[in-house]
Amino acid sequence: MGLGIGLGHYLTVAAILFTLGVFGIFINRKNVIVILMSVELILLAVNLNMVAFSAALNDLQGQIFALLILTVAAAEAAIGLAILVIFYRNRGSIAVEDISSMKG
Amino acid sequence: MTLPLFFFYLFSAIAIVSAVMVISARNPVHAVLFLILAFFNASGLFMLAGAEFLALLLIVVYVGAVAVLFLFVVMMLDVDFTSMRSGFLQYAPVGVVVGLVLLLELLLLAGSFVISPEAASGSALPIDGTVDNMTAIGLVLYTRYIFLFQGAGAVLLVAMIGAIVLTLRHKSNVKRQNPIDQVARRASETLQVVKVKSGQGL
Repeated sequence: MGLGIGLGHYLTVAAILFTLGVFGIFINRKNVIVILMSVELILLAVNLNMVAFSAALNDLQGQIFALLILTVAAAEAAIGLAILVIFYRNRGSIAVEDISSMKG
Repeated sequence: MTLPLFFFYLFSAIAIVSAVMVISARNPVHAVLFLILAFFNASGLFMLAGAEFLALLLIVVYVGAVAVLFLFVVMMLDVDFTSMRSGFLQYAPVGVVVGLVLLLELLLLAGSFVISPEAASGSALPIDGTVDNMTAIGLVLYTRYIFLFQGAGAVLLVAMIGAIVLTLRHKSNVKRQNPIDQVARRASETLQVVKVKSGQGL
């Protein structure tokens, strides 16, 4: 890394992004789409941590793992949105409160 | 302030501001567009850390595929998004408390940890300064991490099949191809060769 940018800089930015993602899940309790976007923000923060440690420890493994996290995040987004589409088709709504039909 | 440090602050400031806009925008289309902006700037941060391949991959995969998928779904669903904002203030206090505690914990952790000497010296896969990032990843991804790479491919395949199976539906009033019938057709059942004399017609 070097050039005045330290590991702490990256960790701080990632921590703020992670917190914003968690906060987004709390304040958008009714909108599943924004909740999915918040999950993407959380995964982005995790990736940022992986890359920062990879650069700080001079180890390429972190970047490989970030690549795998990216794959899982993309798969998760695709499946989540597909579930959302069929839920909307069946119920005509995507409000979180309505998703209770599987409750015992 | 050095130039990379300036760009680090620029990218991280825009990324954080657009992340705030993602979770607070009233219009979900705006939220998706701010998500794209956040990913662009995170890609800049990756670039500054030397992870060039991941930076470009983030733009291709997230901006090119995932964010467009979000945009597609937001525009396809005819939902009244303004009514979904009603619980905003109801959950905000507990969200602020949880978020602040989480942020404080993470920042305390980020400011106080020490990397052990073994971890710092004996890195499993040292970054070689002589080869570029993309070559270095390519050299290990298909050899040392081949099983993880194939596993990632399997995850994507399962996700693709899952998404297709979930959203595919057959309408009864639409004519569709029946490949089994098409393949099972024989010339003897469907084709009749008639000898026609010249000038006479049928």
